[in-house]
Amino acid sequence: MRRLGFLIRKEFQEIKRNPRMLRVLLIAPVFQLGILGYAATTDVKNVPMMVVDADRTVASRDLIGRFEGSPYFSVTGVTSRHQDVDDALQHRTAWMAVSIPAGYGRDIADGIPVTVQVIADGTDSNSATVGLAYATSLIAEKAVDVALSRLGAGGVVLPVGSIEARTRVWFNPQLLSQWFMVPGVLALLLMITTTVLGAVAIVREKELGTLEQLNVTPLRRWELTVGKLLPFGLIGVIQVFLVVAVTVLWFQIPLRGSFALLFGLSLVYLLCTLSLGLLVSTISATQQQAMMTAVFFFVVPMIYLSGFIFPIENMPRVIQPLTYLIPLRYFLVIVRGIFLKGVGLESFWPDALMMLAWGVTVLTLATMRSRKTLR
Amino acid sequence: MRKALAVGRKEFWQIVRDGRTLMILLFVPAFFLGLYGYALNFDIRHIRLAVMDREHNPDSRELISSFTHSTFFDIVATVTSMTDIERLMDRGEIRAALVIPEGMSRDLRSGRVAQVQVLINGDNANTATTVFGYAQAIVRGVSAQLQLEIITGGRLQPPISAEPRIWYNPELTSTLFLVPGLIGFIVMISSVVSTSMSIVREKERGTWEQVRMAPISNVSYVVGKTIPYFAISLVSAFFIIAAAMLLFGLPMRGSWLLLLFAVSLFLVGALGTGLLVSTLVDSQSLAFQVSLLISMLPTIILSGFIFPIASMPAPIRAITYVVPARYFLAALRAIVLKGVDLHVVSTQLVALGVYAVGVLGLASVRLGKEKV
Repeated sequence: MRRLGFLIRKEFQEIKRNPRMLRVLLIAPVFQLGILGYAATTDVKNVPMMVVDADRTVASRDLIGRFEGSPYFSVTGVTSRHQDVDDALQHRTAWMAVSIPAGYGRDIADGIPVTVQVIADGTDSNSATVGLAYATSLIAEKAVDVALSRLGAGGVVLPVGSIEARTRVWFNPQLLSQWFMVPGVLALLLMITTTVLGAVAIVREKELGTLEQLNVTPLRRWELTVGKLLPFGLIGVIQVFLVVAVTVLWFQIPLRGSFALLFGLSLVYLLCTLSLGLLVSTISATQQQAMMTAVFFFVVPMIYLSGFIFPIENMPRVIQPLTYLIPLRYFLVIVRGIFLKGVGLESFWPDALMMLAWGVTVLTLATMRSRKTLR
Repeated sequence: MRKALAVGRKEFWQIVRDGRTLMILLFVPAFFLGLYGYALNFDIRHIRLAVMDREHNPDSRELISSFTHSTFFDIVATVTSMTDIERLMDRGEIRAALVIPEGMSRDLRSGRVAQVQVLINGDNANTATTVFGYAQAIVRGVSAQLQLEIITGGRLQPPISAEPRIWYNPELTSTLFLVPGLIGFIVMISSVVSTSMSIVREKERGTWEQVRMAPISNVSYVVGKTIPYFAISLVSAFFIIAAAMLLFGLPMRGSWLLLLFAVSLFLVGALGTGLLVSTLVDSQSLAFQVSLLISMLPTIILSGFIFPIASMPAPIRAITYVVPARYFLAALRAIVLKGVDLHVVSTQLVALGVYAVGVLGLASVRLGKEKV
C-alpha cells in the first residue's frame, strides 16, 4: 500500500510539473460546453428564401407577405428572373425559392386554378423537408382565403373553423437542444480526456525507456495499474464537478434526479474509459500509435454510434447491435435520465449493469495484456 | 528546397516504418467513412407514432392518413387511452402520439377551432424539434384542405396549389449531405493529429537539439515536415472520396481539378494547424489533447456538418468564420453536389488559402523562437 502511495505521488508530481496540461484539461470542458450548448441545434427557422415574382400585383405581394410574416422563412430577395434562383441556390445565399407565375393575380380573380412553384435545395435534406412542408401549408391556407372570399362575394358564407395542433413536449417542454446536448457533453468529455490520458500512460514509459525501471521495482502489477490510473481518475472527478456546475448554474438545466447517483455512476464510467485507455496502451508501441488507435478506433466511433448526436433508432438494423458495445451509450441514457427525467436506478439499472460489466471486462483484459507486454 | 526534401524524406520513412500509423492514416479513414455513412442518418423519418382516434369519421381518417403518407411517421400503435400513450412513451416504443378528440368535425364545421393533440417525447430535443415542426405543418395542411372541401362542397379545385421541386438531391437522402461533412471531419482529424506530434516527438526524444543545430531555415523545415503528411493525407482523402462514390452514390458534378485544389488548400491548413500546436507544447499527450480540442469538436459542431450555421446565435456564428472546415464543407458540397465552377466557390477557396498561409506562417515564427 505504501508503494502504491509513492507511485501515485510520483504521477501527481509529473502532472504538476506540466501545468499546461492541467490547464487544458480544466479549461477545455468549460469551453466545449459553451460552444456545444449554444451551437448544436437542428431547429429549422429563418430559412433564407428567394422569391421570383413574375406577376407583381397586389395578389402576389400578399402571398409574399405571408412568407415574410412566417418565423420559418426569411425572404432575402424578390426578383423577376429565374436565373437569380440558380445563383442564390448555388451560392447557398438562399435555401429555398418560391416562384409566382405571371398572370397569378388575374387567374385568381377569374377563378382559374394557379400553381405556385416551391423549390428547395435538397442538399440539406432535413431543412428542405421541413421547409417544403411549411411552404405548402402556407399556400394551402392562402387558397382557403381565396375560396372563402370568392364565395363570400357570391353571397353564401359557410361557417368554417380550423384544426389546430396543440403540441405538448414531454421532458423538455421548451425543446431546448441545450438540454439534450449539454448533459451528453459530460459523458463525451470524460471519455476523450481520460481514455487518451490512460492510453498514453504506460506507452510513454515504454517509449522513454523508463518502463524497465518500473519493472525492476517491487511494485505489483495491480499497484502499477491503480497507481497509474488513479490520478487520471481524480482529474475525471474534478471534471464531473466542473461540468455539472456549469450545466446547472450557467445553462440552468435542471438536475432533476440524484447527484449522488450521478456521481457514483460517473465513477463506474471512469472505470470504463480509463481501462479502455490502459488496454490501448498495452497494445501500442509508441505514443503516436496509442493516440491514433484511441481516437480512430474508440473515441470517434463512440461519438457517432452512441446516440450522442444521431439517434440510434435511426441506424440500420445491422449497425444497431454494435452500439451495445459502447459504454458511452449506457452512460448517455443514465446522464440524460437523471438530468431531464429525474429517474433513478429503477429505470436504468440494465444500462448501469452493462456499463459496470464492460468496465470490469476491459480492465481484466488490459491487466492480462499488460502482464505479457511488461515481462 | 533540397534541405526541405531531405527533412521530408526522413519524416516519410519514419511514418512508413511505423506500419500501424501509416495504415491508420491511409486506409482506416475510408473504412470508417463506410461505417458512419451507413450508420448516421439524419433523416428524421419513420418516427414511431401512436394514434388515439376518438372521432372515427372521414375527417379524422384524412388527418391520420396525412401523417402516414408523409414518410416522417409510422403508426405503430392504435390506442384508446392516455395511459396507454404514457406507457408506450415511457418504454420508448413511441416517440410521438396523435390524439384526435371527439367533436373535431363538429367544431370545424361550426366555425370553431378544433384542437388535436400532438405529444412528443422531448428527450432528444433535436429530433423533437423537427417532429414538432412537421406535425404542425401536416395539421395546418389538412386543416386547409378540409376547409376547402367544406367551402366548395368538394367540387372545386383548390384555387392555388403548391408544386414542390427539389434540386440537387431529389430523394432528400441525408447521406449526400453528411458524407461531405464526414470527409472533412476525417481529413481534418487525421492530418492535425498526425502533424501535431511530429515536432513534439523530437522534443520529447531529445533529437530536437540536433534539429536546432542543423543549418536549415524554419520555412524549409516546416515545409519538409509537412510534405510527407500532405502526400499521405491527400491519397487518403481521395480514397475516402472514392469510397463515398462507390458506397453512397455521391455524385461528382463539378470538376476534379477544382476538387483537388480545394482538398489541397484544406489539407495544408489542417497540417499547418497541427504543426503550430506542435511548436506550442512540449509533450505528445498535450499536443494530442490540444489538437483534438481545436479540430474535432469545432469540425463536428461549428462547420455546418450537422447543425445549420444559420440557426446558431450570432456570437457562435462569428466563431464559425475561423473554422476552416466551414469553408471546406461549403466548397465540397457545392462542387460535388451542385457542380459549380470556380467563381462560386472562390470566397471559400480564398478563405482556406488565407487560413493555410496564416497558420504555416505562425508555425514558422514560433519555430524560430523555439530554435533560439
